[in-house]
Parts: sequence; structure tokens; C-alpha cells
Amino acid sequence: MPSLLGNIFKGWTDYSKGVEEGGHHEYEHMYAMVIDLDLCTGCNACSTACYAENNLAVVGEDKFGARQAMHWMRIERYFDEPDLDKTEATTDADTQSRGASFLPMMCQHCNAAPCEPVCPVGATYHTVDGLNAQVYNRCIGSRYCANNCPFRVRYFNFYDNAESWPAPMDQQLNPDLSVRSKGVMEKCSMCLQRTRAARDTAKREGRELKDGDIQTACQQTCPTSAILFGDLLDEDSAISKVWKNHQVKLGTYKQDKENPELRGYRIFEELNVDTKVLYLERVREV
Amino acid sequence: MSAQQSLAHKHLTQEQTKDIDENIEWAKINADVLRSMENPRRGYWVAMFISVALFSVMIYAEVHQYMFGMGDAALNTSHMWDLYISTFVFWIGMSHSGTLLSAILHLVHADWRKPIYRFAEAMTTFSLLTAGIFPVIHLGRVWNFYWVMPYMSDRGLWPNFRSPLIWDAFAITAYLTSSVLFLYIGMIPDLAICRDNAKGWRKKLYTWLSLGWRGDDAQWRNFRFTYLMIACLLIPLAVSVHSIVSMDFSMSIMPGWHVTTFPPYFVAGALYSGCAAIITLFILLRYFFKFEHFMTFPILDKVCKLTFVIAMVWTYLNLVEFASVWYGHDIPSKEVLIAKATGPYSPFFWGMMVFGSVLPFALLSQWVRRNMYVLFFVSVFLNVGMWLERWMIVTPTLSMGYHPQAFNIMWPGWVEWAMVGGSFGWFGMLFLVFVKVFPSVSMYEVKEMVYHRKRTVYEDVDEMMELHSGVPGPAPNGVPAPQSTGGA
Ligand code: SF4
Ligand code: SF4
Repeated sequence: MPSLLGNIFKGWTDYSKGVEEGGHHEYEHMYAMVIDLDLCTGCNACSTACYAENNLAVVGEDKFGARQAMHWMRIERYFDEPDLDKTEATTDADTQSRGASFLPMMCQHCNAAPCEPVCPVGATYHTVDGLNAQVYNRCIGSRYCANNCPFRVRYFNFYDNAESWPAPMDQQLNPDLSVRSKGVMEKCSMCLQRTRAARDTAKREGRELKDGDIQTACQQTCPTSAILFGDLLDEDSAISKVWKNHQVKLGTYKQDKENPELRGYRIFEELNVDTKVLYLERVREV
Repeated sequence: MSAQQSLAHKHLTQEQTKDIDENIEWAKINADVLRSMENPRRGYWVAMFISVALFSVMIYAEVHQYMFGMGDAALNTSHMWDLYISTFVFWIGMSHSGTLLSAILHLVHADWRKPIYRFAEAMTTFSLLTAGIFPVIHLGRVWNFYWVMPYMSDRGLWPNFRSPLIWDAFAITAYLTSSVLFLYIGMIPDLAICRDNAKGWRKKLYTWLSLGWRGDDAQWRNFRFTYLMIACLLIPLAVSVHSIVSMDFSMSIMPGWHVTTFPPYFVAGALYSGCAAIITLFILLRYFFKFEHFMTFPILDKVCKLTFVIAMVWTYLNLVEFASVWYGHDIPSKEVLIAKATGPYSPFFWGMMVFGSVLPFALLSQWVRRNMYVLFFVSVFLNVGMWLERWMIVTPTLSMGYHPQAFNIMWPGWVEWAMVGGSFGWFGMLFLVFVKVFPSVSMYEVKEMVYHRKRTVYEDVDEMMELHSGVPGPAPNGVPAPQSTGGA
């Protein structure tokens, strides 16, 4: 009994902390990401790497068209609309401003994640790594979390996708993590299996985790090194420096930047979900 | 219209202002109601066949979904919910009629509810049973549905009490339990009448169900007290259950869902669709079971007026919601609202407005209220409007959301339609079984009503005061009652 009641009270403490102080507060790490849109060429390598690393099901053209794809990381493409700015130079289709912008989008691992409180069975929760985790075994597929995610980055196994890896392709499945069954919600885990492996290695070698020990699959693959991953609680990590340089802070709702030239921003900051992916704006000459 | 029908109609036009014919004999009440429980005719079997057929399609769709996954429901990454959830809200809404009619009107002593509340209560119970199916079948892994229950697990895993879906599970279970109790307890004296008239398996069933009811004073006293208590319990439950259903939406951060007026809005919508469904079933029962003596036009009139009032409350809350979105000037919410009214969903949105807010004005016309055929269609369309309302709450928000990348329109797949159709079949099945096994008009309460109408009829409050203060008023006993418009 005490453990059952304990569960309730623990849930309540986490909840009130989350409400009052903007997030769960007993973190050991605070993994976060930076994506430099200036460097991103929209090559989709990250997305492909994610497929390979995380055993993502390839659903095929039909289901992709039906928006039932499973890509944890997707490259969103936005085009400038010439009519928005009706000068002659910009309406010319050949000018640079007609170009596409790319936005790699995956789970933003919100500190105050809207997907977490609504899950009826607590299958999605915040880990001490500061990541939003999805427990596949616990998920019953009510899909409320996906509806409440403003970024639309949760993917549901609408079908049993096991046939996505016909032999011999099943040989290339990553043995470090599961293949999800139908009816389960999944999403970017920031390559949790790599984090675990790196931590184990560090322990075996009898040292602390250091910056750069962990690389996510997308980061490793990105040809232009647009993606950076690391621990924000580690003051000296490359990633904390970028966050600091661009004057973006966790737990803040409105960024007060001394220098308006700074390029850092987080998506939907106004929703107060406190995301952990920092984007660096693309700079354009018009 | 058969000859008998038109005769009955004529008979009623002579006494249009009386809720019930006070000179009706008690034996006739028993006989009429008991007759309705026997010898199902062809129409009954046809209705049963249709219901079972619909339900079978639903079973097929569910098996398909179980085997292959949710994909054929045509849900997608933006639209994780669609018809399942809107139909769930619809059926929960339907369930509010019974409580309104029986519990609330019981407490305010509106005795005109007596001939019609039994089937409304049955409707409550069965629509809850129907509604309860949906949150279960919409789960990706149905076989694990019991994980939302706080059962004693040695893993120490409990559901997440912060999730409105858990509140739903609790609220619905509590509401269902108390509705079943309310229906059953209110039926005990009638079950005893059935017991005394039944043979065979029915005798056994009713003997068992009527719990040895003899109708002595002590039993009646306990009965009344219990009934009152459950009525008192049921009202806050009914309000809370639909508020909680609305929190499935309003606790989220999505534009178009995150609306503080949702709880009262949903409750009003629930009462509204419930009332409309009462009218539909009222007409069907009256027509098929020849219940003209109990289900009279004046009572129908009152139900219609009640429906109209609730429709106006619903319209008001609807407008409040639009206004607060509009003036709140939260851009995404405003976009959702505009998309509803002008975008691809606009036919459904305006359908909802026309059926939900304009059509009820038809109820103001006495011609409509007295014309069963027209009224039947009006009531069905009111419910169509309410069903559209639920759909317009669930889907456009998901089509828009916050993130432009996810904007898209969806149309439900065959699995979802099959389940929606099947839910009507399931409800129909339950209801059809109910009307043949249990008395769908409360015999003892109709008798009570007849008795009271005959003995004491207060034209107005003054008269009643006069009577009770000992100042001579109209003699209460034996005198044919003056015409009364009832206690509405
Ligand atoms: S981005 Fe979406 S899925 Fe990821 S933590 Fe935030 S709300 Fe949850
Ligand atoms: S791999 Fe790098 S450059 Fe290519 S799409 Fe991803 S973030 Fe952009």
C-alpha cells in the first residue's frame, strides 16, 4: 500500500514542481540540441540516419501519402511566398528569396511537455536525463499525447510494420532497441540507446561522461555538422556555450536578448512548453 | 395512419390540455404496459434485424482493426482522434436525458415526467454502455485497456491521475453504476407487478429482480428514500461526467479545444441531444406500443418546450465560445474558428448551426409539436446537428493545430464509419430487448399521477395556499378536476 500511495504523492510532487518551476527538477543531465539552419541544406541525411538507427518502419508510398509515416525526424520545407512582398525583384521566381527553407523537426523534448500529463497510463514521462521518454511497453495507444503535442512529432504504429524489413533487411535492424508493435506511439528519443551505451562505457573505463561522448545518429550523419547535441548542465559543453552565446535560457518564456542580431530561437516559445531544441535562424540576403 | 391511430388522435384532441386522462383505470394501465412486453410483431423483428446487422458489421470492423491495426480508420499523424471520440462524446451526451428527466424533474416535483421517464432512463443506461465502448475500441492496444484502472499491480504501476482520460474512466464508471441503480430501483414496484402476471422464465426473472416487493408501508418508505437519495447523487454526477468529458479537450493546449466554457457548453449540449432523443423515442414508443394514454401530446409539448429552452442555452454558450475566441485574439484559435466557418468543414459547421440553433425554433409552433411525423424528423435532425457539433469540436482542431506543416484534411475510413453505425445497432439492440423484458412505462408512477390529478389539482399557487391555510377553496375530493396545464 505505501508504495501505491507513494506513487500518487510522487506524481503530485513532480506535477506541482512542473507547474510552479517549469519542469521536473532532479535532473542528472539535461540533454539538448542545437540545429543551425544556416548550415542545413535539407539533404535528409539526418532523417535517413534516424531510420537506420532507430529501427523505424518504412511504410511505403501509400501510407506515407495517407500521412501514416513513421519518420521521427522530418525535414520540413517552406517556400517564400512572392506575393507577400510585392516588389518586382522578389516576385521574380529566380531570385534567391524564392528558395526553400528547411526545418528539421523532431521531438523537442519539452521540459513542460504537454504530451506528458495527458497520457492515461503514464507511458510518456520525463527522465532524469532531461529527456521526454516514451515507454513502448506501457503505451496503450490512446493517442492523446500526439493530439496535445503542438509540434506533431509523435508517430503512431497504425499497422503492424514488421513487414517493413523483408529478409535480408531484418539483418540490419539495430539490436540495441526494439521494433515497435502496432498500436504503440513512438517518437524521437534523442538516441537514448547511445546515451546508455556511452554511460556504460564511461563507467567501465572508470571516468565521468564527457562532452562529445554521445553523438546522436542525425548529428553523426549531418554532412554540414548542423546538429549539435550535449548536456546543458555541463557548463563547459559545446552546447551550453551555444545556448549561452545566443542568450537562450531554459525556463524562460520570453527571450530577452541584448543583441537582436542573435540567431537563436526555440519553436513555439509562446506556448511555454520550454523546448530543448535551439534553432539558429538562417541568414539570407534579399 | 391506421384507423386506430386516427381515432386515438381524435380522442386526444378533445382533451388536449390534460397530461393524462384521470379516469383511466388502473387495471388498464397494467394491461397496456404488460401487453407492450409481449408478442413482438413484425416491425419489432425488422428493427431487431437491422440493429443486429449493424452491430455485426461493427464486430467485423473491430476484429479487422484488432488484427491489422488502426490504419484503416484513416487516422493519420495529425488526426489521431476522429469519429471514435466524437461519437463517444455524442453518446455520453445522449445519456443525460434520463437524469434530466427523472432525477431533476423528480426533485422539482414535475409530475408530468412520470409516464415517460422510464424509457429515458433506459436510454441513459444504454447510451452509457454504448459510449463506454468507444474509448476502449479507439485504443491502439485494446487488449491492455484495463491499464487505465488503478488495480493492485505488483509492479506498482498506476495510471496517471493527471490525465483527463483517467477522470473519464472514473466518471463514466460512477455514472453508469448509479444510472443502472437508479433505473433498477425505480423499477422494483413495477417488476413486482410483472412478477404477479408472468409465467415461465419471466416469472423466475421478475421474482428474482423484484426482491420480494410486497408493497407494504415500510417498503414504500425505504423505496422513496432510496430513490430520492440516488436522484440527488445522480445530478452532480451527470454534470460532472460531461464536464470531465469536455476536459478531454479543454485540458489540452490545442487551439479550439483549450476553451474554459467547454464544461457548461458540453453539459448543455448533452441535455439538448438527450431531450431530442427523448422526443424521438417517445414518438416511436407511442406509435408502436399504442401508449397514447400515457405518452400524451401535452407531455410531449412540455418536452419540446424544454428542448427549446436547452437549445437556446446551448446556442448562447456556443456564441460565447466563438466570441471569446474572437475577442481573445489568440491567432491559432481564431484560425481554427475561421476554418470551421469558411474552410472545407464549413458544410458541417453550418449544418450544426442550422440544425442546432435554427431548427429548434420549429418547436415553438404548436402545429409541429402536435404533428408526430414532422416532430419525429425535427428531433432526428436536432440530433444530427448535435452529432455534427461533436465532430466539429474534434476534427478541425486537429486539422489545423499549431504547426502549419501538419495542416491537412481527413475523411474517416470505413472502419470508423462501421463502428459509428454499429454503435447505433448496439444501442438499438439493447433498447429493443429492454422494451420487451421490462416495462417501459412506469406503471406505479402513472397510477400515482392519475390519483393526484384526480384528487388535488392546484390551478395555481394561490389556490394551493388557500387549500392549505384552511380557507375554503375548491373541494378536493370527488370533484372532477378542473383543467390543468400541469406542473411544468
Ligand atoms: S515535442 Fe511533442 S512529443 Fe516531444 S516532448 Fe514536446 S510535446 Fe512531447
Ligand atoms: S543532415 Fe544536416 S544538412 Fe541534412 S537535412 Fe539534416 S540537419 Fe539538414
